Amino acid sequence: MNWNSASEFFAMGGYGLYVWGSYGVTAAFMLVEPVLAAIRHRRARQAINEAGR
Amino acid sequence: MSSPPLRLFTFAAPSRFYGLAGALTPWFWAVAVVLGAIGLYVGFFVAPTDATQGDAYRIIFIHVPAAWMSMVLYLVMAFWAGMGWAFKARLASMVARSIAPTGAMFTFVALWTGAFWGKPTWGAWWVWDARLTSELILLFLYLGYIALVEAIDDTRRADNAGALLALIGAINVPIIYFSVKWWNTLHQGASISMTAAPTMATTMLTAMLLMTFSFWAYAFAVVFTRTRALILEREQHADWVAQLAQGAKP
Repeated sequence: MNWNSASEFFAMGGYGLYVWGSYGVTAAFMLVEPVLAAIRHRRARQAINEAGR
Repeated sequence: MSSPPLRLFTFAAPSRFYGLAGALTPWFWAVAVVLGAIGLYVGFFVAPTDATQGDAYRIIFIHVPAAWMSMVLYLVMAFWAGMGWAFKARLASMVARSIAPTGAMFTFVALWTGAFWGKPTWGAWWVWDARLTSELILLFLYLGYIALVEAIDDTRRADNAGALLALIGAINVPIIYFSVKWWNTLHQGASISMTAAPTMATTMLTAMLLMTFSFWAYAFAVVFTRTRALILEREQHADWVAQLAQGAKP
């Protein structure tokens, strides 16, 4: 185990800003992109349903 | 009524691909989440602190996989764009378009995480080094491809123009990959070599590969979702799409 406490984990040996700045932005992109793609698919599906009525 | 035989090009029909991609996507999500969780666990809790870089090196677990994906996705995009152009394959062109945003996203992530790694290790967020500059050009190629295909109204012409751009731009990918060999760069050499013995600690390598496979599965899941949306947008007047509307499944 590398960390003795949660604060030690978040500090990342003094590199917290860089490590979490990297992981945070990556996570944000990888959470938003699938949502946008799913919304686009749902909209396309709805457009077809409405046209079919 | 018998179902048509399964051949190599069976899934080149957008209607069949739509169903197949829809069935596979949840599995890709499962693989992406499980491998990502294990990869992060190994990366943060098993892999030791680096002797020279401290914990800043842990950025590698997303930086290198994102950079690999940015290059691989570009080549896959250029390949399918070229196939769509050469063989008038509608689905191939749609797949190429669907890959571009994900490729651009991974390119941006590679550059962003690289900046956040460069600052503590090199003392600079950015340098005009061959590796960094060619990766930045890759981002512009993705954005240029997206802008070009979106700017032309005629779908076929847009796909073909995009294919030309994507194929010419593909020359940049080997330049990125070999830039650290061809020029004196601040950026370190290749992390993984097929010919030399591994220089990384096994746990570090394990975490990096797990994250790579996770990103790979993620790319499949997102690209397939986007391709399915694009298929519906383009084929909304086809009979099979109309039948789909009567079905209940969203």
